[in-house]
Amino acid sequence: MSWMTNALKPIGLVWFANFLTSSIGKKLLMSLSGLFLILFLPVHLIGNLQLLTKDAGVSFNLYTYFMTHNPLIKVVSYLLYASIILHTIQGLLLWRKNKKARGNIGYAVSALRGDGTNVKAASNMAWLGIIIFVFIAVHMYQFWLQMKLGKVAMVMIEGVEYKNLYDPVILAFSNPGFVVFYVISMIIIGIHLNHGFQSSFQTLGLNHKKYTPFIKYIGRIYAFIIPFGFAIIPIIVYGRNNLWW
Amino acid sequence: MKLTLKIWRQPSQNVKGKFETYSLDNVSEHMSFLEMLDVLNEKLSFEQKVPIAFEHDCREGICGTCSLVINGQPHGPLQGTTTCQLHMRNFKDGETIVIEPYRASAFPLLKDLSVDRGALDRIIQAGGFISVSTGQAQDANAIPIEKDVASHAFDAATCIGCGACVAACPNSSAMLFTSAKVAHLALLPQGKVEAQKRVLNMVRQMDLENFGNCSNITACEAECPKGISVSNIALMNREFLSASFSSNDAN
Repeated sequence: MSWMTNALKPIGLVWFANFLTSSIGKKLLMSLSGLFLILFLPVHLIGNLQLLTKDAGVSFNLYTYFMTHNPLIKVVSYLLYASIILHTIQGLLLWRKNKKARGNIGYAVSALRGDGTNVKAASNMAWLGIIIFVFIAVHMYQFWLQMKLGKVAMVMIEGVEYKNLYDPVILAFSNPGFVVFYVISMIIIGIHLNHGFQSSFQTLGLNHKKYTPFIKYIGRIYAFIIPFGFAIIPIIVYGRNNLWW
Repeated sequence: MKLTLKIWRQPSQNVKGKFETYSLDNVSEHMSFLEMLDVLNEKLSFEQKVPIAFEHDCREGICGTCSLVINGQPHGPLQGTTTCQLHMRNFKDGETIVIEPYRASAFPLLKDLSVDRGALDRIIQAGGFISVSTGQAQDANAIPIEKDVASHAFDAATCIGCGACVAACPNSSAMLFTSAKVAHLALLPQGKVEAQKRVLNMVRQMDLENFGNCSNITACEAECPKGISVSNIALMNREFLSASFSSNDAN
C-alpha cells in the first residue's frame, strides 16, 4: 500500500489511488503535466517577444504587469508551478525505477534503435529534464523571484507606476555567458520536446493511423519553433547592445 | 567462416559472470545461429569443458524460447527474425560476435545466456485468457468481425512472448508484451466480455514484477521478431484508463 492509497482510502477512492500509482497512471501524470507545460510555452514566448519592440520596455512591462495581476493568469500560474514540480519529481522517481528495472549489469554492446522516434532523445529524457530544471531554477531566481520580492525598480508609464522588469532582463542579456547558457538550454528543451510532444499523446492512448503521423510532424515543428523563438531574443538583444544591428 | 565469439559465462545467479572468448572455425553460412552454438558446445564438451547454457525449443521461430542479445540486439541484427531463424550468412568471415543474456531485473539470470522469463507467464496467468470454453473453431463467418479488426487482433496474437521487447527497452518495460496480449483478446468478441478485468489484472501483475515504465522509446517494436506495433501500447493505455474509471472493481 502506498501513501496515496492510505490517503485516499477514507474518502472511498482506493481505485483512484491504485490508478495513479500504477505504471500507466504515473506515465499519464507525466503526459498531462507535460502537455500543460507545452501549452504554456507559446504563451510565455508571445510575452517575451515584447522585449523586441523598440519602446524602451513599455509593452514588456505592461505585459509583466498583466501576468502578475490578472486573476485567471494567477490561477493558471499556480497550476503551472504544480505541473513543473509534479513533472520533475515524478520524472525522477520513474527514472530511478527504470534504472532499477534494468539491473546493475548493462549490455557490453549498445545498439539502441527505435521505430519512428529519436531514440537518443527518448532514452535521455531524464538527463535533458534535469538540465531544463536547473535552467528553470536559475530563471525563476533571476527574474520571477526578483519580481515577486519587489526588488525591481519602478517605472512610470502614462502616469502610472509599474515594476520595471525590462531593464534587469536586458541587463542579463548583455552578459555573453548568460546568453550562451540561455541558448544551450533552449536547444536542450527542443530535444526534450522533440520526444515529449509525441510521447505524451501515445501515453494518453491517442495513437491513430490518421492522426499520429500528423502529431509527430507538428511535434517536430513545435520542438524547433518554440525554443528557436526563445533563443533568438537574447541573441537579438545582445546584438543591439553591442550595436551589431 | 571463422568467428571470434565473446560469450557471457555465469555459473549461477549469485556468482559473478564474465565474458569468455572462443574462436570457432569452419562455420557454415547455412547454419542457424543456434546450430553454430551447438557446434561450439560439442567442441567444448569434447575438450571436457562446460558447454554454454542457452534456451531453445522449436527452432522454427514460433515458440519464443530462444533469446540472446547478439551484438547489442535481441535476436540479432536481422529485423523480424528470432535467433533460431538467424543464419550465419548474416555475419562476415572473421567477425567478432558478442553474445549476452537478456538484461532485466524481472528476468533473473539462471546460467550463462539463460534467464528466467516466468514474469511474463505470471502476467498471462493474471488475465491473458478467456475464462469459459469457447468451443470448437467457429465457421469462418459465423461471428461478424470486421476484417481490419480481425487482422489487428491477429497481428497482436503473433507475439510469441520471447521477451525481446523487455531486453531491448532501456527501461526494461514489458508494455509491448502485455499490450499485445491485451489487444489480441480485447479486439475479439470472445475476449471483450472480460476486457476490463483483464487489463486491470494484467497491468497490476506487470507492475508487481519489477518491470520498468514505458517511455515510448519504441526500441521494443524495432527489435520485436514479430513486428508487434507500439500502437498496441496506446490501445492498452486506453483500455486501462477506461477500465480504471468505469469497471465494477471497487479497487
